[in-house]
Amino acid sequence: MMRKAKEKPPNLAIKLAGISLKNPVMVASGTFGYGEEYAQLVDLNRLGAIVAKTITLKPRLGNDPPRIVETASGVLNSIGLQNVGIDTFINEKLPFFKEYDVPLIVSIAGETTDEYVQLAKTLQGEKITGLELNLSCPNIKYKRKLMFAQNPQATHQVVSRVRKAISLPLMVKLSPNVTDIASIAKMCEEAGADGVSLINTFTGMAIDVENRKPMLRQVTGGLSGPAIKPIALRMVYEVHKAVRIPIIGIGGIMTAGDALEFIIAGAKAVAIGTGNFVDPLIPIKVIDGIREYMVNNKIKDIKSIVGRLKCPKS
Amino acid sequence: MVQVDAKILENRELGSQRYKMALSAPQIGCQAKPGQFIHVRVSKGFLPLLRRPFSVHRVQGQKIEILYKVVGKGTEILSRKKGGEYLDILGPLGKGYQLPSATSKISDIILVAGGTGVASLLFLAESISVANPELSILVLVGAKNREELLCEGDFRRLGCRVEVATENGTRGYKGLVSELLEKCLPLSGDRPKPIVFACGPSEMLKMIGKISRKHRFPCQVSLEERLACGVGACLGCVVKTKGSTYTYKRVCKDGPVFDAGELIWE
Repeated sequence: MMRKAKEKPPNLAIKLAGISLKNPVMVASGTFGYGEEYAQLVDLNRLGAIVAKTITLKPRLGNDPPRIVETASGVLNSIGLQNVGIDTFINEKLPFFKEYDVPLIVSIAGETTDEYVQLAKTLQGEKITGLELNLSCPNIKYKRKLMFAQNPQATHQVVSRVRKAISLPLMVKLSPNVTDIASIAKMCEEAGADGVSLINTFTGMAIDVENRKPMLRQVTGGLSGPAIKPIALRMVYEVHKAVRIPIIGIGGIMTAGDALEFIIAGAKAVAIGTGNFVDPLIPIKVIDGIREYMVNNKIKDIKSIVGRLKCPKS
Repeated sequence: MVQVDAKILENRELGSQRYKMALSAPQIGCQAKPGQFIHVRVSKGFLPLLRRPFSVHRVQGQKIEILYKVVGKGTEILSRKKGGEYLDILGPLGKGYQLPSATSKISDIILVAGGTGVASLLFLAESISVANPELSILVLVGAKNREELLCEGDFRRLGCRVEVATENGTRGYKGLVSELLEKCLPLSGDRPKPIVFACGPSEMLKMIGKISRKHRFPCQVSLEERLACGVGACLGCVVKTKGSTYTYKRVCKDGPVFDAGELIWE
């Protein structure tokens, strides 16, 4: 008993892109609103960090409904970046976080590189912890047809220009709808990003066969949830081999076991997305589950297992 | 709004794949208002993945009730639950019906129910009859056929007048309940306008919205949508509403009850 009492509790704290996190479990952009929606159900101060719903320069109405449909172990959505715009975000949504002791990462999206720079500069002076560039929303129309994260040059350009404009910690959210995600992650690293978040949703669709109509009004949407987890995990594994900047692993995490898979594959932190809809307490259960795993396996520091996958030698 | 593991007290089939479930959830019951809903996780695993929303049908002390029809995988699993099992539920959620104030000069209240849409209207009728016992309530209950009619007796026991419509004419008026509403309206003379509350399939609500515009009476409708989060975070369940051009409101948070005049029907 005496010896057990002396044992230090495992250390879940990490540094991510210069940000100190109590634990590596965050909530993903677009699935947690602006924090206030979940504040009655979840102790926000226990979260590693909150990534707010993507904001744009001007308010966006978003796409026509239906916007959401459940598929096998997944959810297809086509929200279309509905948001209040940066001015209202700063004036009405940001003050809410003053009462909380939790890092706030603000996700931004622009139609052009200039818009990203303008958004970043506007947020530089505000009380936020970091920025995430959403280069990978599959549900809006892009001028050059491709999303930024599908084009290595466009990715490099937008990340380096934002990097030069601000000193805030800078993350980039990547799309899985590419041939080689590691090469895009490398572009982000070269351009000065402090971390990469992966993955955003896969484009997919579902059809109502009785009426021969698409289930979503926009026909296609972004697939999330447990259905995409193995692919997200493989992408984290590939990116971890390619870059040195930290990775935030995202994609269908529902349990501590899922989160640990991402960490072992190379993610320094993870984010819960669709899981918040299933059970708002999943982030808390994942934190507790990781701690329990560390105690059971005598792991003193979570950092010691990041990317430590034991592959058989070939 | 709370998240609780609620014990199932009863899960009874009322016939034709319709069920009434009673849950012990005092923390939700004491806050719930007519028109609000609970968001139910039907499976401990991840199939189905998302929660399913159900209107609060009745609150009695520690107990809340829901009324549902088996329409898919989620409700099918729910129908097999037994008394004594527990369900993870969130609630009460959303904005319910705006009850007429005690001083308002309203001659009649008309409730229009289509199918299982009747669920939230019984809770509303009970609340009105407690708060404003002098108000007279007319309830129009619609269903496909006689077997699928719900809650007729419950409304009568509250002292409501009840008229029935069935699509195949096996009971009451033959046709749609929205047509029955138009026949029941006090259209002529100086009688004050009724206030109408409606819940049912979207086609029915759309028609009732049209009737309310034509006859200029206040009308609140409770919408059904597929929901993901249920708390206003994901913006998946929006409905088009009037604004300078238009805007989108969340069924789960800004609704599910809306003024019929506020909605843009498509």
